[in-house]
Amino acid sequence: MTDLTSLTIAEAREGLASKSFTSLELTDAHLAAIEAARSLNAFVLETPDQARAMARAVDAKIAKGEGGPLAGIPLGIKDLFATRDVRTTACSKILGNFVPPYESTVTSQLWRDGAVMLGKLNNDEFAMGSSNETSCFGPVVNPWRREGSNTTLVPGGSSGGSASAVAALLCMGATATDTGGSIRQPAAFTATVGVKPTYGRCSRWGIVAFASSLDQAGPIARTVRDSAILMRSMAGHDPKDTTSVDIGVPDYEAAIGKSVKGMKIGIPKEYRLDGMPAEIEKLWSEGAAWLKAAGAELVEVSLPHTKYALPAYYIVAPAEASSNLARYDGVRYGLRVPARSIGELYENTRAEGFGDEVRRRVMIGTYVLSAGYYDAYYLRAQKVRTLIKKDFEDCFAKGISAILTPATPSAAFGVGEKGGADPVEMYLNDIFTVTVNMAGLPGIAVPAGKDAQGLPLGLQLIGRPFDEETLFSLGEVVEQAAGRFTPPRWW
Amino acid sequence: MSVDAATVRRIAHLARIAVTEAEVPHLQGELNTMLAFVEQLSEVNIDGVEPMTSVTPMEMKKRQDVVNDGEIPDDIVRNAPETQNHFFLVPKVVE
Repeated sequence: MTDLTSLTIAEAREGLASKSFTSLELTDAHLAAIEAARSLNAFVLETPDQARAMARAVDAKIAKGEGGPLAGIPLGIKDLFATRDVRTTACSKILGNFVPPYESTVTSQLWRDGAVMLGKLNNDEFAMGSSNETSCFGPVVNPWRREGSNTTLVPGGSSGGSASAVAALLCMGATATDTGGSIRQPAAFTATVGVKPTYGRCSRWGIVAFASSLDQAGPIARTVRDSAILMRSMAGHDPKDTTSVDIGVPDYEAAIGKSVKGMKIGIPKEYRLDGMPAEIEKLWSEGAAWLKAAGAELVEVSLPHTKYALPAYYIVAPAEASSNLARYDGVRYGLRVPARSIGELYENTRAEGFGDEVRRRVMIGTYVLSAGYYDAYYLRAQKVRTLIKKDFEDCFAKGISAILTPATPSAAFGVGEKGGADPVEMYLNDIFTVTVNMAGLPGIAVPAGKDAQGLPLGLQLIGRPFDEETLFSLGEVVEQAAGRFTPPRWW
Repeated sequence: MSVDAATVRRIAHLARIAVTEAEVPHLQGELNTMLAFVEQLSEVNIDGVEPMTSVTPMEMKKRQDVVNDGEIPDDIVRNAPETQNHFFLVPKVVE
């Protein structure tokens, strides 16, 4: 029998249905893989007992012909999703040993559909980071290495644990969240597929909040089809999230293999940056050629406010974060540093509990919202955001079905290599992805090739609001042309 | 715009994060780097542009103003660092 961990979700679904193996066998194979890959630091909490119990229960259901769309599929869950009776920390010291008495809507829908939870995955603290180096559990290691090198590389972030675990065959798919690129950038760094759905497509209820107008949950998987399978279970209206949109969830998988003939694909000239590595430029042209060969029409488009998306993001996101993170006060849950007065208790707890990056963002957010600076910074950024969104609307109004861009400005880099002296150096990782969050659009990152050092690179497709299906159809074309990439096992 | 040391201390207090004197110069440098980065927004013409306040064009949904949850005090306090009889404990606030 082939190694069960190398199957795709679609293949495992068939194997389970035809009784070639059980969910318990599939789950055990993944639990063993996780144990053997602890050096990657992808999981911050393994839940083997719960995984086996869930697998046994779902095996009984499959036997009775009652398995759901994800029956028996073992998944990893980003530690930003609240899981009932299972420690949830957002990888921050300030949440300490928080054990939620409730389950996030997205994960509850996965369990409803029969998925099995293997454990909780590492991420940047409160999802603030692009390298998974800000986690209080330490950095995640990318299973990919440069050819002929032992240098430890980051998997990207903030969903670094999700991307690393999926790439290293530790789970069949994973939940992730994306506020400025946190699904798509790590997917590109690890040759996995990452989907950031339209804002409002997946419920944010029960997900630790970072920036509420930008946060969106989505899947990371090994194929476009697998990501479509996961999306169908994760998406859907939830009365508990007022920004969740009340429209039906399509069968995303049906979009796989659908013809893209005649679709107009925009190539935004503003994404061609000065000093962009030649291999990124080449990858982008190759992607365009694949779509053209599949019958799509390529059109140069202009998104004039692109360069302002990242600076506007670094006002809006920290502002919302400073407000959301005000709840961590050492009183109701999490860490508490004792003090003589309530004021000191707040200040000492937050000083001790927040890491450097989180503290930096809470402070800048506090500043841009403070009296006298609100108009100059926050209000201006919100107006620029309107312009960024309008750029896309104008483009789609001209009949453009989707926009093709590189996913990241570079391949994965080394641990400790970026952002040490200048935080903005790290922020530039999200230059191609952050526009999508600012406009609330869906985006997908698909592996498309490798750089000269053998590291994976990804392409991004940006879609119209609530038209994830077109992204799955186009993503499949890229995947068919580029092939799939698996890291050689060294861990 | 840039911030001075006194402003850094004021922001830290507003954010309720204790900052030592030794940390102030470093934080000041970081905050000023970020402010310099976002400064480029001042070149955008925003005359007559409405601020984006809702990502999806839809009316805010409202629920009925009724009690639909509750009677779960054990769940509410179960993660609290210090409690007594279903109350959160804090240092003395009123003398």
